[in-house]
Amino acid sequence: MKFYTLITEFLQLIILIGIAPAFTGWVRMLKCWSQGRTSAGLLQPYRDLDKLFSKDVLLADNATWIFRFTPYLVFGTAVLAGGIIPMLTVDLPIAYAADVIVLVALFAIARFFTALAGMDMGTAFGGMGSSREMTIASLAEPAMLMAIFTVSLASKSTSLSQMVHVIYTGQSVFRPSLAFALIAFILIALAETGRIPVDNPATHLELTMIHEAMILEYSGRHLALIEWAGMMKLFLFVMLGIAVFAPWGIASSGDFIPILSAFLFMLMKLGIIGIGLVLIETGLAKMRIFRMTEFLGSAFLLATLGMLSFFILE
Amino acid sequence: MPFTPIEIISSSVLLLFLSVLLVPLLKGNQRLLINVSFMLTSLASLLGLAGGVWAVGAGITNKLILPLGLPDLPFHLRVDPLAGFFITVICLLSFFVSLYSIGYAKGYLGHRPVTKLVIFYSIFLAGMMMVVIADDALFFLISWEVMAAASYFLVMFEDEHLENRKAAFLYMIIAHVGAIAILLSFGIMAGLTTGFESFNGYTFDAMRQAEFPLKWASAAFLLAFFGFAAKAGVIPLHVWLPEAHPVAPSNVSALMSGVMLKTAIYGIIRVTFDLLGSFPWWWGAVVLILGLLSAVMGVLFALMQNDLKRLLAYSSVENIGIILIGIGASMIFTSFQMPLLAALALIAGLYHTMNHAMFKGLLFMGAGAVLHATGERNMEEMGGLIHRMKWTAPLFLIGCVSISALPPFNGFVSEWLTFQVFLLSPALPSPLLRLLIPLGAALLALTGALAAACFVKAFGVTFLGHWRGARMPHVHEADWPMRSGMILAALACLLLGVLPTFFIDWMDIIPQQLIGTKIGASSGAYGWLWLTPIAPERASYSGPIVFLGILFIVIAVYLVLHVKPGNIQRAPIWDCGFAKLNQRMQYSAASFSMPLRRIFGFLFKIKEEVKLTPCGTHKAFPKRLNYNLNVRDRFWGWLYKPVVDSSFWVARHVGKLQQGRIQTYLIYSFITIIILLLFSR
Repeated sequence: MKFYTLITEFLQLIILIGIAPAFTGWVRMLKCWSQGRTSAGLLQPYRDLDKLFSKDVLLADNATWIFRFTPYLVFGTAVLAGGIIPMLTVDLPIAYAADVIVLVALFAIARFFTALAGMDMGTAFGGMGSSREMTIASLAEPAMLMAIFTVSLASKSTSLSQMVHVIYTGQSVFRPSLAFALIAFILIALAETGRIPVDNPATHLELTMIHEAMILEYSGRHLALIEWAGMMKLFLFVMLGIAVFAPWGIASSGDFIPILSAFLFMLMKLGIIGIGLVLIETGLAKMRIFRMTEFLGSAFLLATLGMLSFFILE
Repeated sequence: MPFTPIEIISSSVLLLFLSVLLVPLLKGNQRLLINVSFMLTSLASLLGLAGGVWAVGAGITNKLILPLGLPDLPFHLRVDPLAGFFITVICLLSFFVSLYSIGYAKGYLGHRPVTKLVIFYSIFLAGMMMVVIADDALFFLISWEVMAAASYFLVMFEDEHLENRKAAFLYMIIAHVGAIAILLSFGIMAGLTTGFESFNGYTFDAMRQAEFPLKWASAAFLLAFFGFAAKAGVIPLHVWLPEAHPVAPSNVSALMSGVMLKTAIYGIIRVTFDLLGSFPWWWGAVVLILGLLSAVMGVLFALMQNDLKRLLAYSSVENIGIILIGIGASMIFTSFQMPLLAALALIAGLYHTMNHAMFKGLLFMGAGAVLHATGERNMEEMGGLIHRMKWTAPLFLIGCVSISALPPFNGFVSEWLTFQVFLLSPALPSPLLRLLIPLGAALLALTGALAAACFVKAFGVTFLGHWRGARMPHVHEADWPMRSGMILAALACLLLGVLPTFFIDWMDIIPQQLIGTKIGASSGAYGWLWLTPIAPERASYSGPIVFLGILFIVIAVYLVLHVKPGNIQRAPIWDCGFAKLNQRMQYSAASFSMPLRRIFGFLFKIKEEVKLTPCGTHKAFPKRLNYNLNVRDRFWGWLYKPVVDSSFWVARHVGKLQQGRIQTYLIYSFITIIILLLFSR
C-alpha cells in the first residue's frame, strides 16, 4: 500500500463529507429557480447542520440504546461507503477489502437500523415509515444488485476499482446490457435516495413520508448526523453512477495534476446531474405507494434484462 | 494421540446413551435430572466437536465395523471430512443449546415432568450423529428412524393441546414418506451393485465402487432427493416445518431447525457427490430450481406470519433453499468438469449450512427466552421487551442482523460467496443454464432483501415500542445458562463473519475429497486477512477490515461529537404533537407486512374481513372494528388435498373387497394359490 493512496483515500472522504451538503444545496437552488422561487443559497444545508449541532437533544422517555446508536452507525456506514467508490482515482487501498456487494450491504445496514429506530418509539408514524421503507428496499435492493452485476459481468470483477478501470480504459463500444443497467440504475437511485417520484424529501405531511417518518423523533446532533448521512447517500449514489457508467476524467494514478483534473471533472459532472435530477423532480409527481411496485418492478426487470442480454449477446 | 476421530465421536454417542440410562435413577429429583443430563449432553457435544474438527482439519478418514446389526450384515461406521464437518455443525450448536436447556427446562418445573424431554433430547442428538457417521444403508436408515422418532416425541412434549398432536402427526407422516423414498433409493443402488443377487451391496463402499447405468442412477437420485427434501423442508414438502417447529420446546426447535435439517443436506451431498459419483447437469438444475423456489417462497411466507416461532420456521425453509442453491450450482459445475467453480459453490453451500445453524439456533433460543418470560408466542401481543430483557434483546438483534446478511456477521460471507458463484457462471457451456443464472441471482438478491424486511418486523414488533397486549405481565430476563448459550452462539456468528479465511482453509479438504480441487490455493493467498476465492482482481472481501472500519468510524464520530457534549433531555414522545398516544396505535406485525402482502399476495390464499359496527347510523364513526386476516399456504390445496383425497378414494374402493364373510376370504386365498401356481414355475 503506497503512501499517496492513503492520502487520496483520505482526500476522498473529506470531499464526501464536505461537498455532499453543497450538492444538496445546488439541487435545492435549481429546484427553486425552476419553480420561480428565490433560493436560500448554496450553503444553506451547512447552516442547517450548524444549527442542529448546536441544539440540545430531546429524547423520548422510552428511547432505547438502538435509537441513540443509529445516527452514528448511519453516518459511519455512509463514510465507509464513500471510501469504496472511486471518485477521484481508481487506486483505492480499501478496494481489496470491500467490493460492490459490501457497498450495497453497507446501505442495507443503515436502512435496517433506521427502520428499527423508527419502530423504537412506538408511534404510528415510525412504524409506517419503517414498513414502507423496508418494502421499497426489498424491491429496490435486488434491482440495484442486478444493475451492478451487469456491469461487473462486463468487467469480470466485483471490485469497484477494477470495474471503473475496465470501463474507463475499455474501447467505447456501446453495450446494450450497460444501457439497460443505466436506466435501471437511474430508477433505483431515485428510489433509494428518496426523491420524487418515490418519496418527497421536502414534504411536511406525515402520511406521505417514507424516510422522514422514521426519523420524526430525532433532534439536535442526532438529527444533524442523519440529515448529513442522507445528503451523503444522495452524493454517493450520484458518484456511483458516474463512476460506473461515465468515468471519463478519473485519475488512474496518484499524481497531483490528474487528481486535480479529476476533481474538476467531478464538479462539472455533479453540476450536470443536478440539473438532470431537478428536471425529473419538477417534471414528475410523487406516486402512490402502491404504484411503487410497477416502478421498482420495471427497474428490476430492466436490470435483469440487462444481465440476460449480456449472457445472450456476449 | 492414541484415539482416532471415529473413536472420539463414537464415545460421544455412547455418552449420550449413557445419560439416557441414568434417567431412571434421577427421575425423582427433577432439578438434579435437568442439571446432570444436560451437562452430560454438553460434554458429549464437546467430545463430538473435538472429533469432527480434527477429522476435517487433518483430512482423516476412519472406518469402524460394529458387531451389532443383523447376522452377516454388521453396522459400518465412517468418519471422513464431510461427515466430520456435519458432526462439527451438529455438536457446536448442540453444545450451545444444551447449555441453554439447563435454564430453559427449569421453566417446566412444577408444571410438568421433564423426564420425556431429557430422554428424547439425548436420543435425538445421538440419532443425528449416527446418521452422519453411518457407512451402510441399514445403519443409516436405522439412525434416520431413531432421529425422526425421537423428534416426534419431542414435538409431542406438550401433548394436551390438539394442535400439537396434529402437528406431530403431520411431521411423522411426511418424515416417513421421505424415509420410504430414501429406502427405495438405497434399494436401487444396493441392488444394482450386486445385480440383485446378494445382500453385500448395502454398504456405501460397495455403492461407491459400482457404476450405475444412467436411468437407474437418475431414479435413485430423484428418490433420494425427494426423501431428503421432505426432511429438509424444501417446497413443496415444507408444510410440516411451520407446524412442528413452533409447538416443540424452544431448545428442541433450535436443534431441529439448526441441525436436523442439515442432516438432510448431508444426505443429498453424500448420495450425489459420493455414492453416485458422476451425473448429468439436469440433476444440479433440479436442485438449483427447487432451492430458488424454496428461498423466495419461504421468506414470503415468513413475512406473513404473526407467530414468532412460525416466522423463524419459514425462514429456515428460505435458508435451506439458499444452501441448495450452492449445492445445485456445485453439481452443475461438476457435471461440466469445472472443478474450481464447483468447489467454490460447494464451500458456499457448506458455509451457509454452518452459518444457518448458528444464527437460527440463536434466534430460536431468543424466541424461547421470550416465550419463557412472557408466555406469548404471538407477536401481536408483544412489544417493548427491550426494556426488561436487556441481554436477550441485543443477542436476538445479532441473530436478526446475521440472518439479514449484513456485514460484519456471518450471513454476509455465505451470501457473498454465493453471488460470486453466480457471477462466475458465464463460463458455462450450456445456453439454457446461462439464462437460468441471471434469474437465479435476481431471486437470491430478492430473498436477501425480503429477509431483512422480515427480521426488522420480527425484532421491531417483539422488542421495540410498547407492549401491545392489554396488560404487561411480569417479564423477567433469562437466567445465566440461557444467556450463556445465546452469547456463545452470537460470538460464533461474529467470528464466522469476521474471520472467514480460517474456516474456509479448514473446510477446504472437503471439496478436495469430493470434487478434486481445493479453492484454498487462491483464497487467503494474500494473507489470512483477505478472502479472495478466485483472484484478487476478481473479488476480494476482508472481514476484519470492514468490521474494524465500521467500528473505528463510529467511535471516531462519537468521540468528535462528545468533546463538548450537549444536553440530553428526556421528554414525552413528540409524535407530531398528538398527545393521546396509546399502545394500540403502534404498527402491529400484520400491518408491518401489509404492503408486501399487497404486492406478493397473489402467491397465497388470503382472506381479509373487516366488520364495522357504526356508532349511530353513519359509518364514519365506528363503535367497534373487527379485522380478520387469514393467510394460507396454497400448497395444501394444490398438492396435499388431492393426494389425501385420492388415497381415501382408493382406500374406499379397495375396502369393497372386505365383505365380512369367511367364504369370500377363502375364495380369495384359493384364487391367489392358483395364480401363484400358474405363474411361478
